[in-house]
Amino acid sequence: MTSLKWLAALPFIAILGGTAFFNSVEPLVLGLPLILAWLVLWVLLTAAIMALIFFNDPANSDRAESDGR
Amino acid sequence: MNSALIIIFLTAALALVLGLVARSGKEMTLEQWTVGGRGFGGILVFLLQAGEIYTTFTFLGGSGWAYGKGAQTYYILAYGCLAYILSYWLLPPVWRYARQQRIVSQSHFVARKYDSPLLGVLVAAVGVVALVPYLVLQFKGLGIIVSVASYGAISSTAAIWIGAAIITAYVMVSGVRGSAWTSTVKDLMILAVVVFLGIYLPLHYYGGYGDMFRAIDAAKPGFLALKPSGDGGLIWFQSTALLSALGFYMWPHAFGAVFTAKAEHIFRRNAIMLPLYQLILLFVFFCGFAAILKAPGLTGPDIDLSLFKLSINTFDPWFVGVIGAAGVLTALVPGSIILVAASTLCANDVLRGLRREMREETVAWTARGLVPIVALVAVFFTLQGGKTIVALLLMGYSFVTQFFPAIVCSLMRNNPLTKAGAFAGIAVGVATVVAVTLSHSTLATLAPFLPKPIQEINVGFLALILNVIVAAVVSAGARAATIASAERA
Repeated sequence: MTSLKWLAALPFIAILGGTAFFNSVEPLVLGLPLILAWLVLWVLLTAAIMALIFFNDPANSDRAESDGR
Repeated sequence: MNSALIIIFLTAALALVLGLVARSGKEMTLEQWTVGGRGFGGILVFLLQAGEIYTTFTFLGGSGWAYGKGAQTYYILAYGCLAYILSYWLLPPVWRYARQQRIVSQSHFVARKYDSPLLGVLVAAVGVVALVPYLVLQFKGLGIIVSVASYGAISSTAAIWIGAAIITAYVMVSGVRGSAWTSTVKDLMILAVVVFLGIYLPLHYYGGYGDMFRAIDAAKPGFLALKPSGDGGLIWFQSTALLSALGFYMWPHAFGAVFTAKAEHIFRRNAIMLPLYQLILLFVFFCGFAAILKAPGLTGPDIDLSLFKLSINTFDPWFVGVIGAAGVLTALVPGSIILVAASTLCANDVLRGLRREMREETVAWTARGLVPIVALVAVFFTLQGGKTIVALLLMGYSFVTQFFPAIVCSLMRNNPLTKAGAFAGIAVGVATVVAVTLSHSTLATLAPFLPKPIQEINVGFLALILNVIVAAVVSAGARAATIASAERA
């Protein structure tokens, strides 16, 4: 967990910093301007990264007790 | 009466009924009214957490900015995503402390953490001042939607009064439960409408996304990518996305929604799904982009109308009514959440902060009594007119972001800030935002000696940096004074 959680820094680097390198319209990716496609890609990767962190986080393993259902 | 109007009215009536029924026999104590008795499961919390994304801000503002400002609108997609990452670590400790201390609002939280009711009053006052433009924005959107979708049959002023009356009624009766229940209908409806429009409009008018974007790029070169420099350029995008991500959960109503959850892992799990959920924004952008060449000519604050202008050119009145109904819900539901938060802040934090002896029932009763007053104030400002929807929201964001340092530090094991430091930091940050907004300054006009790229940073950061510096200096000073007086004694 301790090392995995650093993956969460990647979207910040990619979305805030990386956008500078993909700031153009052409080539279109799946019909989207390159910059928009880059952001969409990172939204998807963010969800994947958060899932990876979630399922490896020991804080979530005791959820049977903390959840009322 | 046309078919669009009937559909809009039925939806508004449905929202009212659902909002009233949501009370479902619960006795409305303050804790029930503002935080739903801390008993909401994953889906309701998800909808309240996501409620932020599907407001009139995104529906009209997101498409309006795509239409009027092009690539700048992408920042909305960026900041939400980053905010959800932060939520994974930020919200569970907030929730834990709030449950343990039976906290009902953001300023309540800060006041307890720093053991300073006065700090609570400051945070509550700033919170209310930020919430009012946010509520104004929902009302403004509501007025636009109803007047356009009813083909002018109902004036925007009448729509604003009716909408304000509906949410005032169900918020007074059901509190946050009313918001949570109506938000389920809202999200289903907006999802269906936005996805349909975002697919249909580009395909119908251009044959496909690639063709649409090529056509826009040919007509307005450079519009679909960020300018490398200058106002609204790359640095504006980066700094605004980051600033908004930090501010996202600092909104009193977003912070308050955290307390409704019944377990802390809900936030961690929602952090996976929320980024995906906000991809719906893409379809909102597509609507605005589709309108650029097919409903041209809107400028200034009118860019917020682009989605509806194109829809009216495209669809039968009944379907415009469906879009309008979805739009009405995007205004009513977030509006009601904001109303709960603002009234709680006024009653629980400002009034009780100043008059410590107020009893719990009195606070609960006062909070509900304040609902119509807060609504009236917002209606008043809405009817005054002014700026575009996104511009209004950005100012509120600059305000609430000033809470970020004090709240994050308060979650640390050894809080580096003292109450005097936190107070001074927030006060200086907020004063800076006010000064900058009133004088229409940017970093370029304030500090022309700075290098060009730094001048393009969102001026909200200036306030945040001053806030952190003042908070750190005053905290260090206060600590030194405490140590000195302890040694003397």
